[in-house]
Amino acid sequence: MDLLIDFLPDLLTGLGVTIVLGVVSFILGSAVGALVTLARISSSRTLRTLAAAYVSVFRGTPLLIQIMIVYFGLPQLGLEIPPIPSAIIAFTLFSAAYLSENFRAGVLGVDRGQWEAAASMAMPYWKTLRRIIFPQAIRIATPAVGSRFVALMKDTSLASAVTVVELTRVAEGIGTSTFRYMEALLLVGLLYWLVNTLLQIGQQALERRMRRAYA
Amino acid sequence: MIVSVRGLRKRFGDLEVLKGVDLDVGRGEVVVVMGPSGSGKTTLIRCLNLLEEPEAGTVSVCGTELACGVRHPAGQVRELRRRTAMVFQQFNLFPHLTALQNVMEGPVSVRRVPRAQAAARGRELLARVGLADKCDCYPAKLSGGQKQRVAIARALAMEPEVILFDEPTSALDPELHAEVLQVMRELAREGMTMVVVTHETAFAREVADRVVFMDGGTVIEEGPPSRFFTTPDHPRVRAFLRLVAS
Repeated sequence: MDLLIDFLPDLLTGLGVTIVLGVVSFILGSAVGALVTLARISSSRTLRTLAAAYVSVFRGTPLLIQIMIVYFGLPQLGLEIPPIPSAIIAFTLFSAAYLSENFRAGVLGVDRGQWEAAASMAMPYWKTLRRIIFPQAIRIATPAVGSRFVALMKDTSLASAVTVVELTRVAEGIGTSTFRYMEALLLVGLLYWLVNTLLQIGQQALERRMRRAYA
Repeated sequence: MIVSVRGLRKRFGDLEVLKGVDLDVGRGEVVVVMGPSGSGKTTLIRCLNLLEEPEAGTVSVCGTELACGVRHPAGQVRELRRRTAMVFQQFNLFPHLTALQNVMEGPVSVRRVPRAQAAARGRELLARVGLADKCDCYPAKLSGGQKQRVAIARALAMEPEVILFDEPTSALDPELHAEVLQVMRELAREGMTMVVVTHETAFAREVADRVVFMDGGTVIEEGPPSRFFTTPDHPRVRAFLRLVAS
């Protein structure tokens, strides 16, 4: 308890950075993921192959390696990116790969008859996606996307490896200066849990509202 | 001719579903397509608006002619679809939209009708199919018969030259057939051109101008219901009619 009081400013800053990392990466990741999904369902074989390769690479390699490549590797190519942007880039690309799969499952989960009904009224492809398919795909994908968000929140702890002072790094700092690692780690663990519990409550409310909107 | 089809061929893998089908539908005509399952009747009607792409033959709707088996611009397919509307066996209503929004969707986003005008017209059409009080209901709250009537209103909203009905009552409980058939009967009386794939012999007898019987991917018999149901030429048709009558 005294740790919480003594290190409150540090903890709050760390919490803030963790939330920013998670939220910003999730939003950007969703945008990139949506583009990847469009490529994966497009009629162009090249686009489909490229998108599938992207997903395969970013899902098939450790996130920590991806973060370190951006932060430690890219400077070798003359591209120096500060810690927080580095982490956000890596988290964005990583979660985009997973989110694109969730979105794709959502799109494929929409009944084929919906495409046909839209086609039979001469609706163009993009309009069909926007007005008919996406609104339904989002509902199908929401549970999986929510889980992704929670997973991403926890994954942000890896940013500590590239010197970003987020929650995990703050805990390490407290541990180093007080040698009370156990309390410090349990404390930030609790903070992660609180954030994710709030996220899950929000997600459940969202899902309830979406279900209502159908009836 | 509203619809004119020549030499239509379609295969799914090794299975040749349409083996050169010709079909003409005149303005205001109601053509009922019957036949055993697997005879190709659903594939035929789905070829009329290119939901299935035939391998060979021509499809022409109101003068927009499409040669099949070659690449054609998407605009041409849309032009053809703009003149047709389809009512599906499984309704295919948009579940995230209310009944009224379902009916408005095509006019607003395809025909660029102003929203208020589309809404007024939508209410009118829903009233016409007996669902004036269901405008704000989502499909999940409607019975199968009501869903299919919304689907018919949605088809009408596109102001099509011809409506294609693909087994419109087959997914419905028997007691709900009547309300849908009643709406279709009225449409026919008002002069709507219709192509109807159905097993409803009573409907065909009463409403059809012509019955087309398909078997094994070809049309084997065709004629006015008075003759079709009493003195068909083909033994396959006689056998089929005995089966559905019993």
